[in-house]
Amino acid sequence: MSSSTKNRTLLAVIGDEDSITGLLLAGIGHINENQKKNFLVVDAKTQVSTIEAAFQEFTERKDIAILLINQHIAEKIRPTVDRYQQAFPALLEIPSKDHPYDPSKDSVLKRVQKLFGE
Amino acid sequence: MSGTGARENVFATRMALTNTKLRLKGAQTGHSLLAKKRDALTTRFRAILKKVDEAKRKMGRVMQLASFSMAEVTYATGDISYLVQEQAKQAAFRVKAKQENVSGVILPAFEVDRVAGSDFNLTGLGRGGQQVLRAKEVYAKAIETLVDLASLQTAFTILDEVIRATNRRVNAIEHVVIPRLDNTIKYIMSELDEMDREEFFRLKKVQGKKKRDTAARDAEAAALSERTPPEFEEFGGDGEGTGDLLSSKDADVIF
Repeated sequence: MSSSTKNRTLLAVIGDEDSITGLLLAGIGHINENQKKNFLVVDAKTQVSTIEAAFQEFTERKDIAILLINQHIAEKIRPTVDRYQQAFPALLEIPSKDHPYDPSKDSVLKRVQKLFGE
Repeated sequence: MSGTGARENVFATRMALTNTKLRLKGAQTGHSLLAKKRDALTTRFRAILKKVDEAKRKMGRVMQLASFSMAEVTYATGDISYLVQEQAKQAAFRVKAKQENVSGVILPAFEVDRVAGSDFNLTGLGRGGQQVLRAKEVYAKAIETLVDLASLQTAFTILDEVIRATNRRVNAIEHVVIPRLDNTIKYIMSELDEMDREEFFRLKKVQGKKKRDTAARDAEAAALSERTPPEFEEFGGDGEGTGDLLSSKDADVIF
């Protein structure tokens, strides 16, 4: 496991334009040698299948340690997100500007609640 | 035959009994060790759970702040999203994975690894440079929170899995392996006891037969000795006479 975690240094994002801009401004943006970006901008016109494909791609890439996804976008592919149980990359649902954070929808927090037994 | 439950397929011998007893002891030791491991992991797990819950809520606040600073940037400089997206080449903000060992389970912990990049230096050159800089810092802070949360969450996922596996093992040993070994031991004991009894009975039987035979022989000898003394006297009587031995007929000798 150690070798696989050592190579994972990047953060990836699937989010709306504002979130992505902010995160890229902080410096997480990366384009690898195959011209693959580590972020996907989702707007109202983006197809669900595109999001799914990006999600699959980011979770299968070996250099990504953390995958950030806006909660309202995660909501669109909720079954896929809920099915995702791997430790790497870690999946984080983040709030966006127009959609405040709702802990009850988070797939990890749901499991936390279940474990606490309510 | 006792030990009606599932048992191992062994021959009932003393050696098998010793082996099985040893294995039972091993299983019990393993059980207690695994149970300890499970308890340690669970303690850790509960602590992490609490932290995850807190961190998630904190992240909500931090991201809100970040969004707000982004709004300031948009207000001051106009839309820079296209510019920023096109400028992204190499990640200046990366994470490093550290490892932590909790009772044999390796938990990764991410650490922020930031290279002071000169990216986006020209962004907002015209106006709003201050806001852009501020937004950069705020977002960097936000990402740090996110990275912390990610390590917690990864630890949570891994621990969850490991605890499940450990639980399965503990239960398997407790409810399957130990009863089976117990049953095997009982079975071997009962078989050995049975053999003991059989042996005892056999010996008794042999002894009885011997006794009977000896008694019969004694009785016969007694009967013989009752009849022989007169004959011996007869012989003894005409001891010096060298008469014809064939003339007188001896009594048949029965052994």
